Amino acid sequence: MAEKLLKKGNEAIALAAIRYGADGYFGYPITPQSEVMETLMEEMPWETTGMVVLQAESETSSINMLYGGACCGKKVMTSSSSPGISLMCEGMSYMAGAELPCLVVNVIRGGPGLGTIQPAQGDYFQAVKGGGHGDYKIIVLAPASVQEMYDFVGLGFDLAFKYRNPVMILSDGAIGQMMEKVELREPVRRLTDQEIVEKYGHWATVGKPASRNGNIISSLSLAATEMEAINLRLQEKYQTIRENEVRFEKTMCDDAEYMLVAFGSSARICESTLEIAREKGIRMGLLRPITLFPFPEKAIQQTLPQLKGIMSVELNAGQMVEDVRLAVNGTVPVEFYGRMGGSIFSPEEIFGAFSKKFNL
Amino acid sequence: MAFKGAIVVDIERCKGCSVCVVNCPTQTIALAKKVNSKGYPYSYMENPDNCTGCGNCATVCPDSVITVYRVKI
Amino acid sequence: MDVKDIIKPENLVYSKSKVLTDTIMHYCPGCSHGVVHKLLAEVIEEMGIQDKTIGVSPVGCAVFAYKYINIDWQQAAHGRAPALATATKRLYPDKYVVAYQGDGDLASIGTAEIMHACNRGENIVVIFINNAIYGMTGGQMAPTTLLGMKTATTPYGRRADLNGYPLKITELIAQLEGTCYVTRQSVQNPGSVRKTKKAIRKALENSAQKKGTSFVEIVSACNSNWKMTPVQANKWMEENMFPFYPLGDIKDR
Repeated sequence: MAEKLLKKGNEAIALAAIRYGADGYFGYPITPQSEVMETLMEEMPWETTGMVVLQAESETSSINMLYGGACCGKKVMTSSSSPGISLMCEGMSYMAGAELPCLVVNVIRGGPGLGTIQPAQGDYFQAVKGGGHGDYKIIVLAPASVQEMYDFVGLGFDLAFKYRNPVMILSDGAIGQMMEKVELREPVRRLTDQEIVEKYGHWATVGKPASRNGNIISSLSLAATEMEAINLRLQEKYQTIRENEVRFEKTMCDDAEYMLVAFGSSARICESTLEIAREKGIRMGLLRPITLFPFPEKAIQQTLPQLKGIMSVELNAGQMVEDVRLAVNGTVPVEFYGRMGGSIFSPEEIFGAFSKKFNL
Repeated sequence: MAFKGAIVVDIERCKGCSVCVVNCPTQTIALAKKVNSKGYPYSYMENPDNCTGCGNCATVCPDSVITVYRVKI
Repeated sequence: MDVKDIIKPENLVYSKSKVLTDTIMHYCPGCSHGVVHKLLAEVIEEMGIQDKTIGVSPVGCAVFAYKYINIDWQQAAHGRAPALATATKRLYPDKYVVAYQGDGDLASIGTAEIMHACNRGENIVVIFINNAIYGMTGGQMAPTTLLGMKTATTPYGRRADLNGYPLKITELIAQLEGTCYVTRQSVQNPGSVRKTKKAIRKALENSAQKKGTSFVEIVSACNSNWKMTPVQANKWMEENMFPFYPLGDIKDR
């Protein structure tokens, strides 16, 4: 029997990092995610698995420590919340440009600016559309439970190394702070230095053997034609990710006439809205994107023939709804309901907004 | 003990900065009137008889273009 | 004796380090970077640690250090080399990790990273090129630009009331508990080059002994942006930079 514990989402991230064989965590305290590093420091994984845990002087430094660690072919991660993630965007652009694997956890708080420490989903655009400079994409996973916080650490590292690309777990203060049952998976051991040389020695900075020239990890290429070629290769990779890595969950969509689209904690609340709607005889379904990039646009398109309307439900001013509308492309009415600044909607409130928008 | 020396300059890599010229204690080195394919006048032994092979020129050369040879006489 | 009789393999006393690549450096004629690159390569070769050394190059003229020294390299964002070096050294404690930075990179945009890496006593080597100007971007004022010095952004000379004072960051670094060796050297003549080479070697040896951070400042000339010939620039450096940035060991324990 796998061990089951009652844990906060943030604590689950920390436990998962150790058990999925992470080599290093580099972070800076910020509410509402500080429990990640606090838990790691309590667990002292450097005594057991050998994992490095370091409190950096800033989020800027944290992400650049990830850059250095990722250059070494090591499994490295950080966690932060919205303002800290803004500081990390430059680093993520560099890492995407240099094609480096890493895991970044964003436990979103309400913004803009210093905002509030309550949960929000206002960083969807930042995560999915870039955040930093240049044409790049990061893979974005949106957990809706403490178990998914745990599981997506493993999935995130797998995807990061599969595509040599940064991966973000886009969570929020609600999932980070709430306590739920979490099942600890079978531990994965850390790779040895020798195994890293064998697997990643052709690109990573592991020390240059006599048999090859120095490996160089850089996102710089001053010749326009070379830089364009790099961009084309990146875009090809992002297309492969779009084709292979879409993840989503459909609830009661088979007979649905109306569909809610929501991710993360919003999706959890929408599950209760479905019950309210069904009790009133309204055939409502829910599509929960698990990957925000790549976005499950085909999954949405497949449901369109049976639908009278879609409502995107988000803890922001309407961000993912733009991607829903692009997928729907005008064939079905797409409405939006959201709250901002750390306020959270109730299932009844969502149903009320839905009834009003669709005159039901 | 006395030494006799000689240097070989990698002409194409030399940028003619003159730092070797001013650091040569025996006034062996000068910049050539001719230039390399990049347009730089390159350093050469103007007075080869003076060279003791001390290596000061190679020590200060930013582009590592100087190879030094030395024999005891 | 004829030159041909001297130029024979058995008489070879100095040749380009095998750790340097054959790529012609992009640096301007007479640039101090080339000398420092050479010294780092020579020390790596002499210590036999080419397979164990990982370099971190900065943003600035030395961004392309990775083209010239044949080791594994990471190219950092502006000012962040100490953060990359920190993680690299922590994840590979038995490697030699060298952060190579200029004055804009280290003493302006990267002050937080260098201070904290040194204060944590990371067992890394920092090579700091101080030529009192931004080279790559075309000669703007650096944090280390001397008062009165003309640059692209101080066209009438640096003024304390407008631009603040030149930053002696190396003296600040020396006060941090985490540093074991802090020195200021130069490379304008054979004697100074030899001293700098010894300093770089000592820094790498400290790293192996896990004594803390070793910090080697090299007061350098940027003749192009100072608008002088290489020889004039070296002389100007001796006359103007050395009084404000005096050479020698500031800390050695």
